[in-house]
Amino acid sequence: MKELNELNLPTNVKYDADHEWVSPGAPCRIGISDFAQDALGDLTFVEMPEVGAELTKGEEFGTLESTKSVSPLMSPVDGKVTAVNEALSDDPGLVNRDPYGEGWIVEVELKNTAQIDTLMDAAAYKAHVEKESAEH
Amino acid sequence: MSDKCQCTPAAECGLILNEDLLWEKGRPGRSSMSVPESGVPAASLPADLAGDGPNWPDLSEQEVARHYTRLSTWNFGVDTGMYPLGSCTMKYNPKINEAMANLPGFVNAHPMLPAEATQGELQLIYELEKYLAEIVGLKASCLQPGAGAHGELCGMLMISAYHRHNKNKKTKVLMPETAHGTNPATAAMCGYSEIKVPLGPNGALEYATVEKLMTDDVAGLMVTNPNTLGLFENELPKIIEMIHQRGGLIYGDGANLNAIMGYADLGAMGIDVVHYNVHKTLSTPHGGGGPGAGPVAVSDTLLPYLPGPRVVKNGDKYEWNSDLPLSIGRLHNFYGQFRVLVRAYAYVLSLGPELKKASALAVLNANYIKEKLKHAFDLPFDQPCMHECVFTDAKQAPNKVSTLDIAKRLIDLGYHPPTVYFPLVVHNAIMIEPTETECKEDIDGFIAAMLQVAEDAKNDPSILQNAPIKTKVQRLDETTAARHPILTGDMS
Repeated sequence: MKELNELNLPTNVKYDADHEWVSPGAPCRIGISDFAQDALGDLTFVEMPEVGAELTKGEEFGTLESTKSVSPLMSPVDGKVTAVNEALSDDPGLVNRDPYGEGWIVEVELKNTAQIDTLMDAAAYKAHVEKESAEH
Repeated sequence: MSDKCQCTPAAECGLILNEDLLWEKGRPGRSSMSVPESGVPAASLPADLAGDGPNWPDLSEQEVARHYTRLSTWNFGVDTGMYPLGSCTMKYNPKINEAMANLPGFVNAHPMLPAEATQGELQLIYELEKYLAEIVGLKASCLQPGAGAHGELCGMLMISAYHRHNKNKKTKVLMPETAHGTNPATAAMCGYSEIKVPLGPNGALEYATVEKLMTDDVAGLMVTNPNTLGLFENELPKIIEMIHQRGGLIYGDGANLNAIMGYADLGAMGIDVVHYNVHKTLSTPHGGGGPGAGPVAVSDTLLPYLPGPRVVKNGDKYEWNSDLPLSIGRLHNFYGQFRVLVRAYAYVLSLGPELKKASALAVLNANYIKEKLKHAFDLPFDQPCMHECVFTDAKQAPNKVSTLDIAKRLIDLGYHPPTVYFPLVVHNAIMIEPTETECKEDIDGFIAAMLQVAEDAKNDPSILQNAPIKTKVQRLDETTAARHPILTGDMS
């Protein structure tokens, strides 16, 4: 596991408490944070929604399967899926190697762009991870 | 080989033999049998059936015998050593179970014989159903389900049938965070959605939390007691009373029954149906392709819904009764997995009231391990446990040693690893279940191995990160195995 100061937490995306990130602007992409991919371990399968699916904030929209466990993907926003990262079907390890780049999971059209502002910035997310790690 | 090995008494290396795939062995023309010369002229095959067959290897009997025997020496099982795989109850299976299951009368019984010709088999079913109900304090049981998850499905189908019969509109099931993964799957199979119930700070359910989530459309609660953290659900009777009052029923997941036989009366607790994992609690073989069995025991409420037909006793004769109007029907052909049930029957009769002692020792052994290891490994819930205890890698993590590394290092020291990364509710869990069948010397050996692992993690983490090194194959690439599994051989 990475130490807190080893985590890559870019400041150009927003984070939610379930460890997903959202990139502001169009296209708006969703993925999982460096902390999440590190905690899950090597991913073996990413189950994604279909293009056109409606996402609801806080509800499951897919699953991540690693050599350790299966975890739900929780949507950080309300919106409609406009694209999914097909490359993950062949190479789910992209999420581990490049969680904010090639390892993005879905693209969405936001219902309400202001919703992004309610998410955490990198500093707040880092504090959240620190708090959660302390609780474990 | 020997000069590379640094063996501990528990893990000797030596004649670990390599073995090729079967079709890489043999020589054309070699054979395991001699077939007498044919006395009649050969008839030729129709042209559309003739052609090149598969490239079967030509092998001698000795090659085949050594092939499978060598493969078997690469295996590890309860006959080899301690197998502290949490949640799995890997107790030693007494050999008398096998002797009884291999009695010629059982082995040769044909499933289509009439009841008058299978009185012995029916008597065994009748009596085992009675004993299994008695052990958990419920009214009746049914041996039909063919595995634990099948018993779970049977239980939830009965709950669903009960609600439909009583015209109750139920759509949801309460599911504690500690539930086994099969529980939500079973609820979904029965058309229910799940309401997750968070745990209290001590790792168990709390009345107030459950009460808040209980609504009129909740069909019931699926609960494992003791739960998957190995902790007894102390507030359960109160929780069950509340759920019953509001029209729900209780499915008890019997995965952890080994901790409470003879101590907890599930009937008095208010459980409506519970399943048995006979391969855990009643010492029948685990997996390995053998059939399983997942009997269910029920309260008065669910008795009419049990699968049928049922064995009944009429005077001194045993018969099948199919007149069960509310029954959910047949869940398995013929008699269920009969010879697995013979093993369970042999175990129950061998121990009798001593089943209670089995549970006592299982709990004692787990608590002994917990106390001996809690200074070396992080123990998230420091309280008396039942038959298993859950640690994490938190004390080793700063040295970049993970739960997986700890598990792999134990192999080098001659112990099967505990369950890892389960239950999910504990971060990087290491779950140890010694069972009652391990003697003190073996448990002390395991504790010593775990303490050595903790020392190694402090002094030289690389030992753990590279483990296992003394095994036939070393650290496997589990990721590639999961992403690109090769499931077939090339016989060409």
